[in-house]
Amino acid sequence: MKLLIVEDDRETASYLVKGLGESGYTVDRAGDGREGLFMASSGGYDAIVVDRMLPGMDGLAVIGALRAAEIRTPALILSALGTVDDRVKGLRAGGDDYLVKPFAFSELLARLEALLRRGSPTPVTTTLRVADLELDLLTRTVKRCGRPIDILPREFRLLEYLMRNSGHVVTRTMLLEHVWDYHFDPQTNVIDVHVSRLRQKIDKNFERPLLHTVRGAGYCLRAPD
Amino acid sequence: MRTHAFRLAALYFLVFAASVLAVLFFVYWTSANFVERQTETTLDAEITGLAEQYAQRGLSGLVQIVAARSAGNRGDAMLYLVTDPDGRPLAGNIESWPLGVPARSGWLSFSVEARVHGRLVTNPARGSLIIIPGGYRLLVGRDISDAAAFRNRVKLTLLWSGLVALGVGALGGAAMSRNLLRRVELVNRTSERVMAGNLSDRVPLDGTSDEFDLLAANLNRMLDQIERLMTAMREVTDDVAHDLRTPLARLRARLELALIGPTDPGAQSEAIRAAIDEADRMLATFNALLRIAEAEAGAGHGRAGALDLGEVARSAAELYEPVAEEKGFPLALAIEPNVEIRGDRHLMSQALANLLDNSLKYANGGELQVQVFRDGDFAVLEVADRGSGIPEGDREAVFDRFVRLEPSRSTPGNGLGLSLVRAVVHRHQGTVTLGDNRPGLRVRLAFPMLVT
Repeated sequence: MKLLIVEDDRETASYLVKGLGESGYTVDRAGDGREGLFMASSGGYDAIVVDRMLPGMDGLAVIGALRAAEIRTPALILSALGTVDDRVKGLRAGGDDYLVKPFAFSELLARLEALLRRGSPTPVTTTLRVADLELDLLTRTVKRCGRPIDILPREFRLLEYLMRNSGHVVTRTMLLEHVWDYHFDPQTNVIDVHVSRLRQKIDKNFERPLLHTVRGAGYCLRAPD
Repeated sequence: MRTHAFRLAALYFLVFAASVLAVLFFVYWTSANFVERQTETTLDAEITGLAEQYAQRGLSGLVQIVAARSAGNRGDAMLYLVTDPDGRPLAGNIESWPLGVPARSGWLSFSVEARVHGRLVTNPARGSLIIIPGGYRLLVGRDISDAAAFRNRVKLTLLWSGLVALGVGALGGAAMSRNLLRRVELVNRTSERVMAGNLSDRVPLDGTSDEFDLLAANLNRMLDQIERLMTAMREVTDDVAHDLRTPLARLRARLELALIGPTDPGAQSEAIRAAIDEADRMLATFNALLRIAEAEAGAGHGRAGALDLGEVARSAAELYEPVAEEKGFPLALAIEPNVEIRGDRHLMSQALANLLDNSLKYANGGELQVQVFRDGDFAVLEVADRGSGIPEGDREAVFDRFVRLEPSRSTPGNGLGLSLVRAVVHRHQGTVTLGDNRPGLRVRLAFPMLVT
């Protein structure tokens, strides 16, 4: 997997290059908007991470130019501007996700991986499966080991999101954004309680747990090894 | 400025002068006309009388009656003359046929000689000449020297009053333009002082509530708004300076300790983790401050649309229900349908989330009520808990930034929750009131209903 980072701040850039390199990605770096646009249009990257404020040509303009040239490489915008308006502007410009600086590296990694999965074609399916857990998108029912599990509508959406991202870390913020469409972090651990309720339903009474807590990052639904 | 003042005064004067002159001319013209008309009416009546006499009694009768009327000075300034076809007088109080007057029937002006205080003077007269069958002439007239004198007096009076009026007009114009420009000048001077940095300066009002006062009042309101925004901005920067300095100092201390402290890797990574937690808390505070500033500044208003408060409440309750139940707060939801306002879902949800966070943090279990209902013209969102409430004296202060009532500050939090609630409510033209739930706290947010 090959990533491009367009970031003018040397420190942030080397932090990203180092972190993503250690996570197994090949990373190129561009120091300003023009260079970034040039590299993104020529070399086949799997995803690009663009800082919003760049010298020469700003990040939104870079993404806009790429989209105008029919280049659909998934793009994650990094920005110090964090209001809902800024986010909307970023996504309208053609960005696929928006992360406010400063961020935890685990959050960036989780979101980037979600973007990379979205980029790869997924077979059209009406049933999601992780190990012996089964979620039917049409009848909106959940089964484990063939036994039906009674699930509330919001729990269904939570589980669906976790299953679509199975094997990968999903952060609390990602869950709030995708399942609840909330773009702020409540002070109470609301997400944790939802997840533990879901865990009660899908993992209790079964020998091997599927839903795991990743310390300092979020959650991961994955098949046992 | 001065030339403008002069132009204004001159214009005022011209318009004023023109209208004064027009009025005076009209007065003169009507009064002169009136006198003339009156003379003619009198003469007409006299002629009609004489014509009747002539019809009954013939020429000799007419001569008799004219002679009778001409005898003595009756003081009515009437003039009579009957002559033969050659103009030789037969009767009347005019000695001879007036010079240069043609023998044609109709209205005519002529002059007569009269004796005033023993002196012979020539007076203007107006009369009507009738040619009687046989060529005899009947002239009935009136000495109009009094009318002419009256006309002259009117002319003189009007001339003087015109002059006085124009003088007053010139002074008035000058005074008016001076006053007008003085008030513009006041606005100018105030805005200069404001631009020089004195933001609290205001344009003085003179209480007449005319257009200038309205302009000044509007300017003042604009300045109020600017000052409020500037103050809010300064508050944010001050808050950041004051309340982020402490955690920054703590963060620095932790890192320094980790550097000089034990070298065992376990303790070091623990110190680093603690430092990151500290940084995250600071970030949360920082973000909360920015959100408050965003809501207060009224940015992003384009996002506001029809918003069903019931939906906001349902969605937040759905998110909080599990955690509330776990902490011993049965969540009771009472929602009336179609309680809509014009608003921003994200901000409103966050305000409600902050209220729920507060109740979960400070109340010690007990029913947690979320209600949405319509109260007259208001859409109301209420959150009520069974905690210890907020003492009446503190109900204003808790909305200020970084105010936390708990002296020990043992509960995590940054004291910004209610500040954001208030900012969001004000942004939506609403009011927030803290009430007593006996026992507990009842927070009521009221907004104007959406008018469709």
